Amino acid sequence: MQTVAIVDFSFGNLRSVHNALCSLAGPDVDIQIATEPSAIEQADRVVFPGQGAARHCMLALRQKGLADAVLNAARDRPFLGICMGMQVLMEYSEENDGVDCLGMFSGRVEAFAPHVERGSRFKIPHMGWSRIEQVTHPLWENIPDQSRFYFVHSYYTAPRDKEAIAGRTDYVLPFASVIARDQVFAMQSHPEKSGEHGLTLLRNFLHWDGRC
Amino acid sequence: MGLAKRIIPCLDVDDGRVVKGVKFVDIRDAGDPVEIARRYDQEGADEITFLDITASHHDRDTTVHMVEAVAEQVFIPLTVGGGIRTVENIRTLLCAGADKVGINTAAVTNPEFVQEASDTVGNQCIVVAIDAKRISAPDAPPRWDIFTHGGRKDTGIDALEWAKKMETYGAGEILLTSMDRDGTREGFDLELTRAMSDAVGIPIIASGGVGTLQHLVDGVTEGGADAVLAASIFHFQEYTIGEAKQYMHQNGIEVRL
Repeated sequence: MQTVAIVDFSFGNLRSVHNALCSLAGPDVDIQIATEPSAIEQADRVVFPGQGAARHCMLALRQKGLADAVLNAARDRPFLGICMGMQVLMEYSEENDGVDCLGMFSGRVEAFAPHVERGSRFKIPHMGWSRIEQVTHPLWENIPDQSRFYFVHSYYTAPRDKEAIAGRTDYVLPFASVIARDQVFAMQSHPEKSGEHGLTLLRNFLHWDGRC
Repeated sequence: MGLAKRIIPCLDVDDGRVVKGVKFVDIRDAGDPVEIARRYDQEGADEITFLDITASHHDRDTTVHMVEAVAEQVFIPLTVGGGIRTVENIRTLLCAGADKVGINTAAVTNPEFVQEASDTVGNQCIVVAIDAKRISAPDAPPRWDIFTHGGRKDTGIDALEWAKKMETYGAGEILLTSMDRDGTREGFDLELTRAMSDAVGIPIIASGGVGTLQHLVDGVTEGGADAVLAASIFHFQEYTIGEAKQYMHQNGIEVRL
């Protein structure tokens, strides 16, 4: 039996992530929603979704005492960050007048600037299906390069270490839509809402040994 | 720009069942929201919108159960609108598996509700639905008002000003329905769609009046919509979502194929 912990630290779409993982997991996999540090510490894999504003999310992580458990998990187990669960892995977010984040990756989270191209305005939030240009990684297995995933966000991740980029998306500007290092893989888009390709990525995560 | 224009089928739901006759040839039960949602997903729908037309509050639990059932099996974004009046309503639906909620009348009667909702759950979850109707004379500068009660009651509020206000109050997206065109199959009110798309920086979903695939194309190219919503042309299998996407693609519109 292996356990997968979905970290509950915000008012996010945990139900969707839980549903998607349950639809893929075999009978030997226990998928739990983790609200306590102990549940994260005991899990074999950790999924770190999140939605809402950065300040609220960081506050919830610290108040619930989850921050250390999350950082520990990311050091030695397969770890998947989704949406705000990617952004708070950075050092700092511009959202809510500036928020210090977990600092697992160097770099910042920045707001999309207003942008007009060939007479049409880029709408913010970036909402809908955009392509991801893949950088070789085991979690992309069986997903064609440039496949579309579902995005909803107004801030984007700018990692300082370009080696950490595992996927790029172009909206307003080319940005790092996926970052990865060792057993951590984190994406801005929502695999649990990205149809077939998203499910493939989640399935790959459930089988991943954490090596690149 | 790399972002696909979205095609969103809309389903009316009463007491947890899809109504208004969705007809797929190989679907056993034409009212089953799970089967219908799954079919639209397979055809390539980019999102699915459920409009809850349940009359009594008592039966709204059924809608929540329906959302739970759909969200267990369909892994694309789900929006639920109709009768949402409190942050508690919103939480319940999001916890059931909805990704976004549509707020219509409650926004008009209490605009601060949109702000409260957006602050609580994030603007990415909040779709403000606007029912607009042209009130200007044919030769006068165009003006559209917000109507409530199914298009019967003029609130006297200018639709474009309202959209801007809702953006500042934290709407993440606008679902714009032309009451003049809804049900006519004559196409979107393109002048309205373009005016609103230019007026705000958040995405616009155009709705009301789709009768042909060209109407979908026009909504994007002339109306400037970020997404197009339609009901009847998909329900009766006049066109599949796949055919609609192919047609848009052939007309130079970026879609998810």
